[in-house]
Amino acid sequence: MNLGLGSLFLIVLQRDLMIAMRRWSDICNPVVFFVLVVALFPLALNPRAEFLRALAPGVLWIAALLAALLSLNQLFRADIEDGTMEQLLTLPYPLGLVILAKTLAHWLVTGLPVVAVAPMLAITYHLPADAISTLLLSLLIGTPTISLLGSIGAALTAGLRQSGVLLALMVGPLMLPVLMLGARATDIALSGDDPTGPLYLLGALLALALSLAPPAAAMAIRISAD
Amino acid sequence: MWTWFYRLASPPHFYRVAASLVPWLLWPALLLIVLGIWGGLVVAPADYQQGDGYRIIYVHVPSAYLSMMIYVTMALAAGIGLIWRIKLAHAVAASCAPIGASFTAAALITGMLWGKPMWGTYWQWEPRLTSELILLFLYFGYMSLRSAFNDLNQSDRASAVLALAGVVNVPIIHFSVLWWAGLHQGPSISKLDAPSIVFNMLWPLLTMILGFTFFFLGVLAMRVRGEVLEREFHSRWAQDVLRSTSIMEADR
Repeated sequence: MNLGLGSLFLIVLQRDLMIAMRRWSDICNPVVFFVLVVALFPLALNPRAEFLRALAPGVLWIAALLAALLSLNQLFRADIEDGTMEQLLTLPYPLGLVILAKTLAHWLVTGLPVVAVAPMLAITYHLPADAISTLLLSLLIGTPTISLLGSIGAALTAGLRQSGVLLALMVGPLMLPVLMLGARATDIALSGDDPTGPLYLLGALLALALSLAPPAAAMAIRISAD
Repeated sequence: MWTWFYRLASPPHFYRVAASLVPWLLWPALLLIVLGIWGGLVVAPADYQQGDGYRIIYVHVPSAYLSMMIYVTMALAAGIGLIWRIKLAHAVAASCAPIGASFTAAALITGMLWGKPMWGTYWQWEPRLTSELILLFLYFGYMSLRSAFNDLNQSDRASAVLALAGVVNVPIIHFSVLWWAGLHQGPSISKLDAPSIVFNMLWPLLTMILGFTFFFLGVLAMRVRGEVLEREFHSRWAQDVLRSTSIMEADR
């Protein structure tokens, strides 16, 4: 069978999306966790509007990062356990492309819902409209970067039995630039300034992660599948 | 031309060479550090602004320098091990991590001790300290990934990928921390806008940096020897080495 690279990408993407659709809890859990973490802060701290407004960029970004870190654990695990990954390894195609398709499917299923509910939660934190649009944009650029960076860690730990905390400890520090830029962009928009600069930097990080993370994760998967 | 390199990469040969190398690294380290401490505490004049408090830089700056230098060394060794499949390179990378983490901790602690009299607080979210803290987390992540695997070969290669991903990220982290701090608070004390350093303050610092580097290399050689011996435990040469040392005799 002779497939083009594009159709291989689409087949893997479609397969992973279909599997995810059949297990709704995988889709719901990260979002519910995200909402829960965001809801904790007004309860534990102070629900005054101006206080929450100052807190919002940081809280929403940290909650999005934590939700992504929790869900990344499952990225390659099932495929390694049931042997699918070994079949994918034997394909005469670059493995990085398969990894990229799987990471995209994972982000569409776990990252995109988080981005989608973020504006609603931002309203409960009394964020003004233009800060919400910056938050939405920064999450839209930033969370795929987080998924791509996390795919390296997920690939490295896919063969290990207990890896949840280890994964967060490993890739957490690598994701800090995304967190700093994303939260600060929202903060800048909140104080009424122009957030274009950090958004461009976030875009640059996304481009870098898109080009470097899939080959690195492919190398890591080869090691894990040994 | 490359034969010496291949010979060095063989564990038993390295084990012998490193043993004779260790005194040549640790004695100069001791001499240089004693000289540097004497220079830093006695010869160097007190700072007109900071008084004697600045003298902690004679430990802080070499530690901070080594904390970053060791991470790069570790990633280089890991990369060499990953590409050319040299086991000794993996042993070097594995031995670098705890030393690097210790120097990072030393840099953080001395930085905080310096901060108390100078800033009036142990901790400031200052770019250098923050970068150093993130570097410490990177070391911890590397070490915990290493210890998570049962298979040594897998552990070596997986941690090598992480070290390489980390070394690409270190400059990104550094510059984003600089940007974040520059936006967040006023300019903090920076080396660049301070008046250039007096020669009597400078030479003890350079001596200390050199002495610390020798110390690192000596400790690294010792650690790699231990690491190699542990990895090759069942091989014949390792058993010979162990049999000839008094530790095994005492066990019996």
